[in-house]
Amino acid sequence: MPPERILLLGVNHKTTPVAVREKLALSAGYPEPLTTLKGIAGVRESYLLSTCNRVELLLVVEPGEEVEGRLIAFLFGDRFPAEDYRRYLFLHSGRDAVHHLFMVATSLDSMVVGEAQILGQLKEAYRFASRFGCTGPLLNKLLHKAFSVAKRVRTETAIGSSAVSISYAAVQLAKKIFGSLADKKVLLIGAGEMAELAAEHLVGQGVGGVVVANRTLSRAVDLARRFNGRAVSFEELVTQLAEVDIIISSTGASEIILFRDQVKPVMRARMNRPLFFIDIAVPRDLDPQLLEIDNVYLYDIDDLSNVVESNRAERDREATKAARIVDEETLKFQRWYEGLAVTPTIQELKTKIDAIGRAELERTLPRLPELTEAELQALEKMVAAIGAKVLHDPLMFLKSASCAGRDNSDLKVTTVRELFGLTDGQEPAAPAAPAAGDGECRHGD
Amino acid sequence: MPQLTSLLYQLVLAASFAAMVAYLVYFVRQNNRARNLGRFLLLLSGILQTLYILCRYVEAGHTPITSQHEAVVFFAWSTSWAYLSFRWRYTVKNFGTFVAVLIVLLLLVSLLSERHIVPLLPALQSYWLPIHAGVSIIAYGFLSLAFCGGLMYLLLERELKSRRLGFFFSRLPSLEALDQLNSHCLSAGFVFLTLGIVTGSVWASQAWGAYWQWDPKETWSLITWALYLVQIHQRFTVGWRGKRAAVMAIIGFASILFTLWGVGYLLGGLHGYAT
Repeated sequence: MPPERILLLGVNHKTTPVAVREKLALSAGYPEPLTTLKGIAGVRESYLLSTCNRVELLLVVEPGEEVEGRLIAFLFGDRFPAEDYRRYLFLHSGRDAVHHLFMVATSLDSMVVGEAQILGQLKEAYRFASRFGCTGPLLNKLLHKAFSVAKRVRTETAIGSSAVSISYAAVQLAKKIFGSLADKKVLLIGAGEMAELAAEHLVGQGVGGVVVANRTLSRAVDLARRFNGRAVSFEELVTQLAEVDIIISSTGASEIILFRDQVKPVMRARMNRPLFFIDIAVPRDLDPQLLEIDNVYLYDIDDLSNVVESNRAERDREATKAARIVDEETLKFQRWYEGLAVTPTIQELKTKIDAIGRAELERTLPRLPELTEAELQALEKMVAAIGAKVLHDPLMFLKSASCAGRDNSDLKVTTVRELFGLTDGQEPAAPAAPAAGDGECRHGD
Repeated sequence: MPQLTSLLYQLVLAASFAAMVAYLVYFVRQNNRARNLGRFLLLLSGILQTLYILCRYVEAGHTPITSQHEAVVFFAWSTSWAYLSFRWRYTVKNFGTFVAVLIVLLLLVSLLSERHIVPLLPALQSYWLPIHAGVSIIAYGFLSLAFCGGLMYLLLERELKSRRLGFFFSRLPSLEALDQLNSHCLSAGFVFLTLGIVTGSVWASQAWGAYWQWDPKETWSLITWALYLVQIHQRFTVGWRGKRAAVMAIIGFASILFTLWGVGYLLGGLHGYAT
């Protein structure tokens, strides 16, 4: 194991209430804290992630240095008493740190599992860190790995496709019915908060236009202005149905406001283009018999909740799959990291030189059939000696680095490995690591 | 030559079956590697089918479309290539799964029918044979795609209407995409179907001196044609779409199958395959 350590510490929405997080959040952006971080003694590489749900530091620290105290001081300053931050702070090192980073990148650690934003935030933070020269070879490698793990999870699981909220479910259904929402119009009946939220979501998905119908026209006008839409009076409701595609109803009416027989004739005028009714009012606004009309879809608040529930179940299944991928990738990274260690490199180097010597001997000996046993042995000895002499300097170079406890043993290992073309230990099929395989996964855990 | 033809036929069966399995795995597990494999195998199957038909053409000395086996292989071939040409321009999620199953079913029918080459009846010895039969069966290819699309539409529509989203909801494309697919395939299929009937009647006038004889197969082709005509007309005038269009695509396809087989078995007539 290389002597330096990967360290990850910080606070997030799981451990820390928002009142504390908002004091820690870096309102001034990355540049200043990154510069400070770089100056902390014992920190070799650093990376800082700050979002509304987390502030996390990822570091490579010098061997033997007790930097934790300095880092905690950096994070909390003197804003909190010491016993408080102990309660909030989490600190991982080595393999656990890598695992946590991958969990964050794949959104498994997010408040809304499956959200896509976090990866963008991670990348932005990385851009800053590398611009300020905070990251080095190890963190570069680790962060790029984190990005590719996130991508792998996106493509191999459906984790991103089932977010869980009523508005999301409405959008999801609308997309299943209409395909693209670009040229579709939404009609809001009533100006309730829920309807507003759903409309916001639909507009976010590129819906073509919004029409608002409300009993008090002024409220309708206000809401319509928010969405760049149009306000109509309540009496125009049925005529509007010919124009719009998605209807969200949320009036406080105690009775049904739209009946089957009012909608049926509209379908002819619409040339049977589908209508999607969303009734989020309680008691309901829309006639359940609307469903009997062809190409009309009707979901009330309970139906939408059911969709949300099934999304949640699906998402949990996908999250399990994603967690397995994260475990697997953590293990791969760990293997690569351990591959940087000095001892295995020396081993591999010896094996390689030995193999070359033996191969060359086997090629040459058949061409010299009249050699005596003694001559043969002398020859073999000579080949072995050449190998050992060739290896002497690189080995000294490697060993001196690790003995002196200097800070760049991983760099030296990388140099030697590249120079002698030793395969990177990261691929499971790498021939240089015959012990790699699924059997080792269980040991690792 | 016969060995080569036979070998090709077996390869066609193997490739199509493997494509179907890959597509079904993709359908259930939603695993992209399976889909890519399925696509490749279906393309391979399409190429092998073409080679098989060519080989058989050389062996028989006439367009291999006169026995039941040949007609069905031709049908599978036109479905495959209609799909591949469609696939080249549009992507419809999981469409390939349904088409692959249909192709395998058609090939199974061809496997069960008599495979030896029958000499061409004198009445069929004409350059019109490949034109008339070929064009008709290309029409069937596109219309069978409309059938698959209709089936997918009904499966998804049922889940959306019942508000119990399940297996198909996440696996099928949007209703709109399926309806578009129906529209495209219907338009293309209808053009070929009309051409098939026109060429058939021109050929009939040359061979028998009359454009139309009310032979059972002719009658049923006309019925099928009329069914599709109604669909097209209604779609573009009053907007028959969605569920009704999907159901009609399925009925039309049933009518095609009956024209292709039922007529021959139940009603006989001039188009009966050589016995």
